[in-house]
Amino acid sequence: MGAPLPAPAASRLFLSGNEAVARAVWEAGCKVAAAYPGTPSTEILEELAHYPDLYAEWSVNEKVSLEVALGASMMGARAFCAMKHVGLNVASDALMTMTVTGTEGGLVIAVADDVGMSSSQNEQDSRYWGRFAHLPVLEPADAQEAYAMTKAAFELAERHRCPVIVRMTTRICHVKGRVEVGERVAAEPSGFTKDARRWVMVPGNAKPRLPLMFEREAALAAEAETSGLNPLYDGNALSVGFVASGPAFMHVREAFPDAPLLKLGLSCPLPLKKIRALAERVQHLVVVEETEPLVESELKAAGIACHGKDILPRLGELAPDVLRPAIARLLGGEAAAPAHVPAQQVFPRPPTMCVACPHLGVYYTLSQMRNLIISGDIGCYTLGAGHPWNALDTCISMGASMGMALGMDKGRGAADANKKVVAVIGDSTFLHMGMQGLLDITYNRGNVTILLLDNRAVGMTGGQDNPGTGRDLHGEEAQRVDFAKLCEALGVKRERIRVVDPYQLPVLFKALREETKIEEPSVIITDRPCVLIDHYQPTKPYLVVDERCTGCGNCVEVGCPAIHVTRRETEVKASGKEVELSFVRIETSACTGCGLCVQPCAPEAIVHAEPVHPIQFLRKQ
Amino acid sequence: MTASNKTTNILVCGTGGQGVMTATEILAEAALSLGFDAKKTEVAGMSQRSGVVTSHLRFGQQVLSPQIVPGEADLLVGFEAAEALRWVHMLRPGAVVLMNVGRLVPPVVNIGLFDYPDDPVAEIRALGLDVHAFDASALALELGNIRLGNTVMLGAMADRLPFPAEVLREAVLARFASRKPQLVDVNRQAFELGRRAVAEEALAA
Ligand SMILES: Cc1ncc(C[n+]2csc(CCOP(=O)(O)OP(=O)(O)O)c2C)c(N)n1
Ligand code: SF4
Ligand code: SF4
Repeated sequence: MGAPLPAPAASRLFLSGNEAVARAVWEAGCKVAAAYPGTPSTEILEELAHYPDLYAEWSVNEKVSLEVALGASMMGARAFCAMKHVGLNVASDALMTMTVTGTEGGLVIAVADDVGMSSSQNEQDSRYWGRFAHLPVLEPADAQEAYAMTKAAFELAERHRCPVIVRMTTRICHVKGRVEVGERVAAEPSGFTKDARRWVMVPGNAKPRLPLMFEREAALAAEAETSGLNPLYDGNALSVGFVASGPAFMHVREAFPDAPLLKLGLSCPLPLKKIRALAERVQHLVVVEETEPLVESELKAAGIACHGKDILPRLGELAPDVLRPAIARLLGGEAAAPAHVPAQQVFPRPPTMCVACPHLGVYYTLSQMRNLIISGDIGCYTLGAGHPWNALDTCISMGASMGMALGMDKGRGAADANKKVVAVIGDSTFLHMGMQGLLDITYNRGNVTILLLDNRAVGMTGGQDNPGTGRDLHGEEAQRVDFAKLCEALGVKRERIRVVDPYQLPVLFKALREETKIEEPSVIITDRPCVLIDHYQPTKPYLVVDERCTGCGNCVEVGCPAIHVTRRETEVKASGKEVELSFVRIETSACTGCGLCVQPCAPEAIVHAEPVHPIQFLRKQ
Repeated sequence: MTASNKTTNILVCGTGGQGVMTATEILAEAALSLGFDAKKTEVAGMSQRSGVVTSHLRFGQQVLSPQIVPGEADLLVGFEAAEALRWVHMLRPGAVVLMNVGRLVPPVVNIGLFDYPDDPVAEIRALGLDVHAFDASALALELGNIRLGNTVMLGAMADRLPFPAEVLREAVLARFASRKPQLVDVNRQAFELGRRAVAEEALAA
């Protein structure tokens, strides 16, 4: 059975911003699309995988994905690449020089900022890259615009022969709205032209290209003044005029429907003349932009008086409830906040690891060991920093656990002399940026024990494939990397590489204890899959025999969300010491029978549940 | 709520994995089938890891900002009891709350760092809201599958919308008809169970 055919042209679909971008990429006749997953951009490539007549891949990291796209563009093909905001930091080395060479086939980069930080390590503003690299930036305000601007981006890219950045935000990626789609127009690659002066960026070739880059920027600035992407929504309330882009545009329209508003769709370079004209007509000009005051600073530098971050928050989204009071204050009043029900205090509900996650045993074991410094990385396993394990000490950027662990080892003083440095990294993160760090550890004789958590998935972003899973973006069989061999090739001694089952707690504990004692790099690879992957096999679930549970709480320390405390008691021991007891039950319908919690239960209170019908089970309770 | 020019704002909340986003999507499809403009947006942090999930649905003649701001929600649908309580401030005074009394207790409560509210339903009622509470999880299990809780919740909403219940039912069934036709019947039952649960609860109250 083939993939479902794309919806016909002129259909009105209900699409997310990510889905809309994918549709536009396909319609634009793009030939090559590459990405590394990252919230909130992940679904763009997942969606593109379903479209025919285009090559789409998961790349090992964002830099590679951008280079793949550039290669395709050099062939004269339309090319696309998507990433989350921090991904562009990784890809920036390539970006900063491809702006000098320029591109051939239209190259569009969708970069998704996590405004509001729902799932990222920082809130950086990707629009800076447009300024830094002298490249145009488009900012859609909803799904329909994400679709239209992605198509426009390909045209702009080909007209100016440079990459175009489409700046998305979480609110655009994950908002669904009506999108009217169009026809696909196939484009045949124009072919590669050998031209060392264009493509070989040695100083002698690059230098003469720099003026071309600035000419291009001037042409783009002229285009911004007249572009349909920067429309003026006129209004008759002239006390405040707005300049807004991205989701903030919709919020301004919602909150101030009568105010004149210049929408920046092509927000870099700025249409300064157009903005100046608006500024002259209104009493106050307010720039509404998420997150950094980029436009505001440029306007001020151009001598256009405006407000921005002096009255609006620097962080997070600029929704109508944020805008209304700020503008009211600017005009010397107070906005009446809509009457609402008072907020209630409720416990936090931080994300947790899944029931039976293979990482649980690793963190349980780490939490039981003393004198460790645990250099962490980014993935589901970052949750090991939380309760009940508290067994991860750092998280900075992808792959950083490796280099930081080496730095910890080399930088330690007397205070940490007897500590063991452990690094924890996931399979996808290791392949993304961790391998080089491991090479640095072996090359420089670091004393680090590495836990490489191979769960055969990019768990954090929803279980995507990668070279460690042996499947490609389309779920088809692909080359699967052999982590043990890879680590050996990177210089770890064969006898210092162990592959262990993370559900066997004694084995894991023994491996960690032994390897942390040995003063050279060692790698402990865990080899059980993430429970989200399709072929994960649950086995017979467990339950707790009430009469046998002594309330020791050991199983609770495992951190499996299927284990629930039913009652707490304080017991006074013969010694007079008070102990907290937690009696538990297992949510049998959730338990997958992984057997982890059974191991620390001394009174053997956790036993297999007979297969029960859920209704009977409820009655039994 | 009436079908006027006013935008209707519905906030659906729960935890990752409960089907909050899918339910809201079906609700949106129902609104779209009547020619409304609609936008749906999620704040789903790390929803896959059982975190907090809210899905905002706004529909009307034309929808600009996709976000519902505090005090503007007309209807709050809670897939989990404490989550409904967490989001009441989004409602305008006197608005409607439809909630599952089923509880999902997170590890931070299990290990004793926080308490689960004693009686979320009573607390919400005390705020003067029009609360309809029922055990959607039990109703779903009555039909043999906890996953039907999603459709039960949709059924519960059906008579509180500015359009006929049948429109929503059709949207639910159409979705299953195109994806899993063998589940159409049981979903029809789930939908009606949810609808009845609210009707009966309203009579009893
Ligand atoms: C540069 C960069 N790209 C992408 C991401 C998004 N991201 C966070 S963790 C992660 C991968 C996690 O996979 P893995 O290391 O296999 O660990 P798992 O979640 O499976 O435990 C990704 C892609 C990011 N944070 N930074
Ligand atoms: S998604 Fe996979 S790796 Fe992530 S917590 Fe769940 S089981 Fe663990
Ligand atoms: S056996 Fe224990 S740890 Fe494993 S899934 Fe069941 S309850 Fe969770």
